[in-house]
Amino acid sequence: MTDGAVTAGIGDQIEAEAANRAIDERAYGFWIYLMSDAIIFALLLATFAVMSHSTADGPSSHALFRLSHAFAKTMLLLASSTTFGFASVAIAAEQCRRTLAWLSVTFLFGLGFIAMEISEFHAMAVAGAGPWRSGFLSALFTLNGTYGAHVSVGLILIVVLGCEVARRGLNPFVVSRLRRLGLFWHFLDIVWIAIFSIVYLPGLI
Amino acid sequence: MLGKLTIDALPFYSGIAMTGALISVLGLLGAVALITWLGQWRYLWTEWLRSLDHKKIGVMYVTLALIMLVRGFVDALMMRTQQAVALDSHGYLPPDHFDQIFTSHATIMIFFVAMPFLVGLFNVIVPQQIGARDMAFPFMNSVSLWLTAAGAALVMVSLVIGKFSTAGWNAYPPYSEAQLSPGVGVDYWIWAILVSSVGSILTGLNFLVTIIKRRAPGMRLMMMPQFTWAALCTSVLIVFAFPALTVAAALLGLDRYLGMHFFTNGDGGNLTNYIELFWIWGHPEVYILILPAFGVYSEVVATFSGRRLFGYESLVYSTAAIAVLSLGVCLHHFFTLGAGSDVNAFFGRMAPLIAVPTGVTIFDWLLTMYRGRVRLSVPMLFTLGFIVTFVIGGMTGVLLTLAPAGRPMHDTTFLVAHFHNMMIPGALFGYLAGYQYWFPKAFGFRLDDKWGRRAFWAWIIGFYLAFVPLYILGFMGMPQRLERYDVAGWQPYLIVAELGAVFILCGVVFLAVQLAVSIRGRAGLVVSTGDPWNGRTLEWATASPPAVYNFAVVPHVHGIDAWWDMKQAGTAGRAPARFRDIIMSDDSSAGVALGAMAFVFAFAMVWQIWWLAAIGGIGVSGAVLSRAFRDRDEHRIPASQVEATEHRHLTAAVPTSGTPT
Repeated sequence: MTDGAVTAGIGDQIEAEAANRAIDERAYGFWIYLMSDAIIFALLLATFAVMSHSTADGPSSHALFRLSHAFAKTMLLLASSTTFGFASVAIAAEQCRRTLAWLSVTFLFGLGFIAMEISEFHAMAVAGAGPWRSGFLSALFTLNGTYGAHVSVGLILIVVLGCEVARRGLNPFVVSRLRRLGLFWHFLDIVWIAIFSIVYLPGLI
Repeated sequence: MLGKLTIDALPFYSGIAMTGALISVLGLLGAVALITWLGQWRYLWTEWLRSLDHKKIGVMYVTLALIMLVRGFVDALMMRTQQAVALDSHGYLPPDHFDQIFTSHATIMIFFVAMPFLVGLFNVIVPQQIGARDMAFPFMNSVSLWLTAAGAALVMVSLVIGKFSTAGWNAYPPYSEAQLSPGVGVDYWIWAILVSSVGSILTGLNFLVTIIKRRAPGMRLMMMPQFTWAALCTSVLIVFAFPALTVAAALLGLDRYLGMHFFTNGDGGNLTNYIELFWIWGHPEVYILILPAFGVYSEVVATFSGRRLFGYESLVYSTAAIAVLSLGVCLHHFFTLGAGSDVNAFFGRMAPLIAVPTGVTIFDWLLTMYRGRVRLSVPMLFTLGFIVTFVIGGMTGVLLTLAPAGRPMHDTTFLVAHFHNMMIPGALFGYLAGYQYWFPKAFGFRLDDKWGRRAFWAWIIGFYLAFVPLYILGFMGMPQRLERYDVAGWQPYLIVAELGAVFILCGVVFLAVQLAVSIRGRAGLVVSTGDPWNGRTLEWATASPPAVYNFAVVPHVHGIDAWWDMKQAGTAGRAPARFRDIIMSDDSSAGVALGAMAFVFAFAMVWQIWWLAAIGGIGVSGAVLSRAFRDRDEHRIPASQVEATEHRHLTAAVPTSGTPT
């Protein structure tokens, strides 16, 4: 059998197998990455829990947290997860423009969360409750800062992938990236539920 | 402009440190000059540095480990020499320099010898053992390598520019905090750890996906070779334990850089949190280092006994049990911290449980040899040396888990002897056995047998001479890390330990001689089949050295010892009826660039040169983004080319096939 015949006969199949496998492996690998990242958040949460009363005569959580603020941030995140869900539905229906529209809404909600977080921490730092004030505040800023950094990376990825969708349409690789970004975004939502329950609720009730 | 970096950063404080710095710089310049003189830069760059071939990445990992082994060993020799002479005197090393040496010795040996060595062996062998053509994420693999190399380079640079940490390899606060260690030493340690730990986590993730997703058709989990099982359990531990180290080092960095109070003495800081976080990683790390060695021993014992591994399933369950238990015993590293007797009692009960699955593995190896036709090759010698010596280390470990006994032993040389007993005849002997065993697979010729035996005897005699005295000194109450002492009764033991270090020096030299002799005489050591040892597992089904795609046709697996079964059935080495095109990853320079920029970033952060850190940070992000949004970077090897390559391999194999040694 000549080489040309071999390649022509099964070439496309080989390519398709390789592409499918790559997408499958990336999804699996991404789940494992999320597990590893979850450990980081778990350890930061544990550190916070241990240090939550180490205020060194500085401000405590009761003085610093406001329920309305925490509630608004939570609502922004939950809404963004919902709108990402709508984007996923649009992706499944192969509707480019609706995908882009829902991604944009998701981006705005996420940006709102980051803006609230920055203004909150800025106000605290200015009022003498910065991370250098006490062990409690170090743990709080580090946990929330790590969380905010994750959300910011998610925002950057939404922009980049939005451009990809606009430029190249919903090809299988772009779709697989959007799926992984969705996992990331919903994962962050779950982490926020933990932060809300361990950091904010005990400090407010 | 240059942050904290001034001309005073050069090691003028000590003639010995200056000599070390000069030797390192001259060594680097010599290597650069040699490559230039040989005109090999292009070859090195295109064939090695930017390669995404898992076998070449593995060889580079092992090369890094061997280079760093020399550095780490020189540190050890200097410490032994200091302690041998420092009775009622200052010896020849100033205290500050001695402290740097014990810190860098341990940091290097764990992070930049043991880790790259085991990851290198994984890289060369695991994909071949499971019948895969490549890793799941070849580019990520290259990134892991170059991040590890960047961390190693950072430790080496600290020898020349500035000082390394004096806080011990575990950098316990409050001593490692800015107040008590204001220099850049601890920052060097933090950044070397952070950069290389990211590389390690990516490696763990990569192997986990590769082993789960890329096994040959028919290979169920319970058919995987033991080394692959060890790699799987190790990868799980890496993925779940290394984040704790990252968090511990990062929080310490936040304390030092931004004045936070995680582990400080005042302002609500709590140093015990650091110790907890560190050992959440630290204890699994012991098994991250030892399980791969166990995997090697299993392969070596089965091959050189000519028998199927005894108790395959019990070995698998033991390996997995050790991995799971290792996550639950970390507290036995700090019985003296004051956690209370209930907590100490719980962990004191948990810890010796690990001895049970470990004992099972030992018996499995012994029973594999029993009634086997044991060939005392060099890898087998290392394995036998391990079994005997490791049992002693296991006993002393069980002794240390008894909290009441652990207390007086704490921080004595007994502890030093115990963990070296785990790390040298336990882990390192395994890596060296794997290096001897799989060298012909990677390069197509064997390592010289005579020098291998000499190296083994030098290592094992040196080990006993160096560490049995430390066990005794521990009982006599000698604390670890002493730069001088005034107890005359200790000195004879320390002189014997020094003698042991000299024997190990011979072992290191003999390994180097072995490599040189083997390369020069490779014509006589060449292995024309892919299977020089009459092996049992799939890695011996490929050519030596393997083609870039490993397997022209991915084999079907029906049981453990797949290659042995193929040989028995007479299907081994048979040309397939037809060949297909093979798709492989393109090589990439982005991994090297990413590692280099990570090094620049970390170096700039150590010296607080913010503009340079910004450049490094942008460089790292750029390297990531340059790759992140490309769908596929692959090329196609046409079937005709695969057929030609395989034909060459099969015809070369004809004269000696059927006469395995």
